[in-house]
Amino acid sequence: MSTTILENKKSETLTDNGLFPPSRVMLDLKNLKKVYPTPKGDYVVLEDLNLQIMKEEFVTIIGHSGCGKTTMLSMIAGLNPISGGNISVLGSHIKGPGPDRGVIFQSPSLMPWMTSLQNVLLGVNQVFPHATKGQRNDIAKHYLQKVGLEGAFNKKASELSQGMQQRVGIARAFAIKPKVLLLDEPFGMLDSLTRGELQDILIEIWNKEKITAVMITHDVDEAIFLADRVVMMTSGPKAKIGDVLSIDFERPRTRKAVLEHDDYYKYRKHLIDFLEH
Amino acid sequence: MKQSVTLGKVTKFMGLGFLGTIKDLFTGKLEKEDFISFLRKIVVPIASILLFIGLWHMGSKTLYNIEAEFRINKALEEQGQVAADAVAACIALGEDSSCQPNTLPSPAQVWESYQSLLRDHNIISADKAAFIEKTAALNEKRLAEGKDPITYTGRPSFVDQIFRSLKTVFAGFLLALVIAVPLGIFIGLSPTLKSAFNWFIQIFKPVSPVVWYLLVFMIVKTVLIDSNEDSSFTISFISVGLCSMWATLVNTAMGVSSVDKDYINVAKVLKLGNFQKIFKVVLPSSLPLIFTGLKITLSVAWMVLIAIELLAQSPGLGLFVWEEFQNGANDSNAKIIVAMFVIGIIGFLLDRLMLAIQNWVSFDKTDAI
Repeated sequence: MSTTILENKKSETLTDNGLFPPSRVMLDLKNLKKVYPTPKGDYVVLEDLNLQIMKEEFVTIIGHSGCGKTTMLSMIAGLNPISGGNISVLGSHIKGPGPDRGVIFQSPSLMPWMTSLQNVLLGVNQVFPHATKGQRNDIAKHYLQKVGLEGAFNKKASELSQGMQQRVGIARAFAIKPKVLLLDEPFGMLDSLTRGELQDILIEIWNKEKITAVMITHDVDEAIFLADRVVMMTSGPKAKIGDVLSIDFERPRTRKAVLEHDDYYKYRKHLIDFLEH
Repeated sequence: MKQSVTLGKVTKFMGLGFLGTIKDLFTGKLEKEDFISFLRKIVVPIASILLFIGLWHMGSKTLYNIEAEFRINKALEEQGQVAADAVAACIALGEDSSCQPNTLPSPAQVWESYQSLLRDHNIISADKAAFIEKTAALNEKRLAEGKDPITYTGRPSFVDQIFRSLKTVFAGFLLALVIAVPLGIFIGLSPTLKSAFNWFIQIFKPVSPVVWYLLVFMIVKTVLIDSNEDSSFTISFISVGLCSMWATLVNTAMGVSSVDKDYINVAKVLKLGNFQKIFKVVLPSSLPLIFTGLKITLSVAWMVLIAIELLAQSPGLGLFVWEEFQNGANDSNAKIIVAMFVIGIIGFLLDRLMLAIQNWVSFDKTDAI
């Protein structure tokens, strides 16, 4: 798989063995393996999966349903035990979940009995225990404003629409200032109009915060619009990285500029060719 | 933005939405489209109540006639025609209770007894008030001298019995709450505790109230062996609590152990401590189930209360029913039926009360019934 990286990434960023220099790597997946024991023997979901994600990089992961994308992401989040190999963040192996890896789940997963502010504060209080109450409130409100919810601080999560709930989810994830942001098809349950809005909001915050992000998606256009690199996974069982595509559009990007760019359809064709074979 | 509280909202909240429809009927706000729902919500229940009373009336009349005929025939066989005529005349006159058929009372008799119970209550309350007034000055003096005040020790009225029963049931309910909710939380959180307690729950859940009463009686009698005070209240509320706590225990454990996995994942990612996890995530999300359990507990408590009061000889509706049955006076059966309706109506109101609290605390406002 290192050859595919060589093709796509400029060679001066790589060391002799075809890997990125350790100082630039945020997230490192080495020989990752996931096995689910079943009565009929072991079911190998992932095998020999190697992936390096650099600091301040936005990577999208695309692949067929059931290929193990979500399994991989929840292993990075620490919610799913690792069967073999290892995952490290800034060089140290992960042990279970933690707020250094923020997660935006597919369903917004807000506590419905809390207001949107309380939902964001739940994480903020945990990560900034020494800040004053006012400071923590300010952090939470700041991120809620960024996702366009300044009028809904005190609305119960159960009173918000799906799109609004996912906005709170985004605010909650950014507010804890994680090192890595993991997004598990966060817009998969939304209609396409809302999805576009939220992509814009996500990329706008991301442009300011530059948090290393790994996002799973089914949507080829979303993958290209958001990512620095698109990672394509082969179909399971024993899924691994099939191909990696660098997206060399300049940042900050606008949807219009991306769609009108000459390379856009080249990238799109590349991804669709991979998914159809 | 504060929401206005209207009568309609309150009644709907309490599960008494039909009251709103009645109000609309009198204020003329009822639309034509509402007519069918008006028929369904008001007319049909009233018709079924009338039908019920009618059937009851006819049934009691039939039973009355069967028993009257049997008495006359018995007199005829045993003592001859003269005695039989005397019995028939006595029954027709309806004054001497010794010859009256003793069977299911008619609705009219029950209504009559209800009013006589109320009159009795008024007499007793007046008597009590007069007693308190009379002894007020004396009691003040006794208190100043450090003696116990003189209290009213007369017979309790029917209404007093109702309040006694409510007191017992609430004490039992609180006991159930204090035991079952924390225990349920622990069992729900820990699979180890769950398997440790599972046999205990499965075996003791179906035990009859009577047996619980006997068990509590054995223990409390010994524990309070030195005390001169009447232990019947203690015994009955503990028995009520132990009988009724199981629904809350099981529901709490289930609610706590089946919290949405997404919420647990959020708690894990944020690395919430155990305390935070329980109070911010697990408990709020299991509140609806806990309250369903508490609702069942309160109705079970009210149901078993009658039997337990009867056994424990603890004052209240249960004892009232039992004493009326033993009494065998002319209107005893009617009084028992009055008590039956009072028990039913109070049970219904308690259920609505719990529903209102449940709607108030639970986060999803779907109507739980």
